Amino acid sequence: MASHAPTPGEPSPSALSSPAAGWQGIAGDWASDKDAFKQVPWGKAMMWIFLLSDTFVFTCFLTGYMSVRISTTVPWPNPSEVFALTIGGTEIPLILIAIMTFVLISSSGTMAMAVNFAYRRDRRRTAALMLATAAFGLTFVGMQAFEWSKLIAEGVRPWANPMGAAQFGASFFMITGFHGLHVSIGVLYLSIVALKVLRGDYERAGNYQIVEIAGLYWHFVDLVWVFIFAFFYLW
Amino acid sequence: MAYAEQAETALLHEPKSFLTRYIWSQDHKVIAIQYSLTAIFVGLIALVLSALMRMQIGFPGSLEFMDASTYYQAMTMHGMIMVIYLLTALFLGGFGNYLIPLMVGSRDMVFPYVNMLSYWFYLLSVIVLLASFFVPGGPTGAGWTLYPPQAITQGSPGTEWGIVLMLVSLAIFIVAATMGGLNYVTTVLQARTHGMTLLRMPLSVWGIFMASILALLAFPALFVSAVMMLFDKLLGTSFFMPAIISMGQALDHQGGSPILFQHLFWFFGHPEVYIVALPAFGLVSDLISTHARKNIFGYRMMVWAIVAIGVLSFVVWAHHMYVSGMNPYFGFFFATTTLVIAVPTALKVYNWVLTLWRGDIHLTVPMLFALAFIVTFLVGGLTGLFLGNVIVDIPLSDTYFVVAHFHMVMGVAPILVVFGAIYHWFPKITGRLLDDRLGKLHFWITFLGTYAIYFPMHYLGFLGMPRRYYAYENYAFIPQSAQDLNAFITVAALIVGVSQLLFLFNLFWSAFRGKPAGSNPWGATSLEWQTPDTPPVHGNWGAKLPVVHRWAYDYSVPGIEQDFVPQTVSDEELGRMRRRAGETQRADAKP
Ligand code: HEM
Ligand SMILES: [Cu+2]
Repeated sequence: MASHAPTPGEPSPSALSSPAAGWQGIAGDWASDKDAFKQVPWGKAMMWIFLLSDTFVFTCFLTGYMSVRISTTVPWPNPSEVFALTIGGTEIPLILIAIMTFVLISSSGTMAMAVNFAYRRDRRRTAALMLATAAFGLTFVGMQAFEWSKLIAEGVRPWANPMGAAQFGASFFMITGFHGLHVSIGVLYLSIVALKVLRGDYERAGNYQIVEIAGLYWHFVDLVWVFIFAFFYLW
Repeated sequence: MAYAEQAETALLHEPKSFLTRYIWSQDHKVIAIQYSLTAIFVGLIALVLSALMRMQIGFPGSLEFMDASTYYQAMTMHGMIMVIYLLTALFLGGFGNYLIPLMVGSRDMVFPYVNMLSYWFYLLSVIVLLASFFVPGGPTGAGWTLYPPQAITQGSPGTEWGIVLMLVSLAIFIVAATMGGLNYVTTVLQARTHGMTLLRMPLSVWGIFMASILALLAFPALFVSAVMMLFDKLLGTSFFMPAIISMGQALDHQGGSPILFQHLFWFFGHPEVYIVALPAFGLVSDLISTHARKNIFGYRMMVWAIVAIGVLSFVVWAHHMYVSGMNPYFGFFFATTTLVIAVPTALKVYNWVLTLWRGDIHLTVPMLFALAFIVTFLVGGLTGLFLGNVIVDIPLSDTYFVVAHFHMVMGVAPILVVFGAIYHWFPKITGRLLDDRLGKLHFWITFLGTYAIYFPMHYLGFLGMPRRYYAYENYAFIPQSAQDLNAFITVAALIVGVSQLLFLFNLFWSAFRGKPAGSNPWGATSLEWQTPDTPPVHGNWGAKLPVVHRWAYDYSVPGIEQDFVPQTVSDEELGRMRRRAGETQRADAKP
């Protein structure tokens, strides 16, 4: 960049003068020309911003749920009883949710490995690991469908349920439904990207960034689940 | 950075046919015009609705079809359209789309395809919204705030279909605004041209940028409340519905929290005020600086004020809920934050005035609108200080004082900027100037007219005239003279409404017959006036991106022939300009 001596009246941003250290330097880099986040491709920046926005969506859902849980006058059903499965004659609380959580967290592991292999341009392994991630996701959605049908069979509806406050069913279906939708979209997204990796689309373009971007989304969906798990099932 | 270099040289997605050039266009300028025309179209519907309401209030019974339900439906649709489908869409989708890439020197938005989708989702949301006029029961009459329980219980108009379509339309609009907002924010952050640092961006970009961030963080709350209310309405859940006896019958709801809706709604609703106001702040700063031929006073302060207002706007929401029955300590907290946010806002007003101070003020049409904005915003802001304080707000709540306040501050003031900005940028968009005399006529009728409409409303509010009433006869506490004032307001409103035809005529006539403008009719410094073509063609900049050497406010620079220095002029170039001017001066000085 050519040197820009500040003209009179110009606020002479620190970015233009010689590189400064510490906070000044950080602020200067940030405000400098072309891009605020150096070396960050557009798609990745956009995904981060989208995830920030989506965080607010989930936060509002969870806050709404907590607030109706407090305001309702009927006792809240006990999650560890509602979400218990009887296996081999013993009732194990939250076992299905525990497995689901485990599956989802594992999928984050495979996703991280996929990103790693993408940077090494290992098409085959990248695609395989992404498909594995998608398969984990699909397993999660499948188990969630099982959980939904079990609760529905027990008479839980969005508007009422035999165990207590009607808001229990309403929040449950709404929040897990919205999260499940995110997982399902993620499965689709990952599968498409994986197929394109296999086909060599990104090899030709010389750029595997999309794998990392898809990974960001996937890790986010996992992280959200941790919060749902904590606030809905453990409270 | 291969990705960025690529965008500098290659023109992506060059349109081939009429259809891809003007209809399914991915060009930010075409999308901006699509957004703007659609927004103006729905805005006109909202204007007609306001005329119908005013007829009923000023001359009760003069409209055959007007009954209480129709009044509420008109009121709700008017408010919602004005705030969301007109102002938000116009400022972000219209001005944001047009100006951001041109002002920061990029070829387009970062993801043109997503940008295009944003417009089509917006159009879909408008269609769904307007469809509610034609369904059984008509549009919802719940008030633009859509408070439950009344929004979905029997007795409010439009509880069959209207409310459902409204909520669905809002959800679609939010998807559209999100796709647009992601593009605007990413473009500003990551796609500026050489030398365009954040603190060299024109304030228009800063305002729209911050407003887009607010939109991305505030709309989620509206989205979530729309989803939850749809559940309450369609599935019979009780998120917002307490146990209620309606029309003598206990409803199937129990245990929900109507206040929760109010919190969610205003967590969105207050930032929404700034989603509309911040772009207006930004645009008007540029209008004032350009037409007063003076650098903006305190540029950095202006930027920080925009950022501070944006942040603070998330912690003031419950000043809309002083009478909702929430914990009184909340009132104390939110009144304090509300007064704190007045500080950066007042700072901006001072800086506008100080920019004008000893400026070389050209009373062009854009400048007239900008000046009108300052006064109008000041009036609205001052009444806002009243309403921000709990003890003053409680008696004034739900009176015409509130109607006057919010129309001044977020109705008229931003609309004045919209007009000013259209008069200012129209020459760049079409290559022709809007007619000056029609513009001045339009300005004076609109400006004086809106004062005739809203100033008296403050007094009506003091008298205790409640808002959202369909008829005001036979209330002992409202004196007869209020009716005369109401008739006067209605006449003014009708004149203002009709005078907008002048503007529309001017738009269409000047687009084809207006005076050719040249590339920079106002002598402005920012990048959009330095494009190689006017109107700018696809890709904006020809073969090479512009290089920026200075901020956007070098006006009345001494020692050169023209009185401004565009952002693209380097210091060496400026030196040459100075020497050239010096030579001509010496040549002139010779006898
Ligand atoms: C000449 C222009 C306008 C006129 C004559 C007008 C008139 C009215 C009237 C008569 C009401 C109903 C008041 C009541 O019964 O409580 C109203 C409400 C409203 N207006 Fe306007 N208005 C105009 C422009 C605008 C603009 C530009 C905005 C943009 C922000 C706006 C936003 C609203 C809102 C949010 C409401 C509240 C609706 C509700 O109570 O649910 N108006 N307006
Ligand atoms: Cu507010």
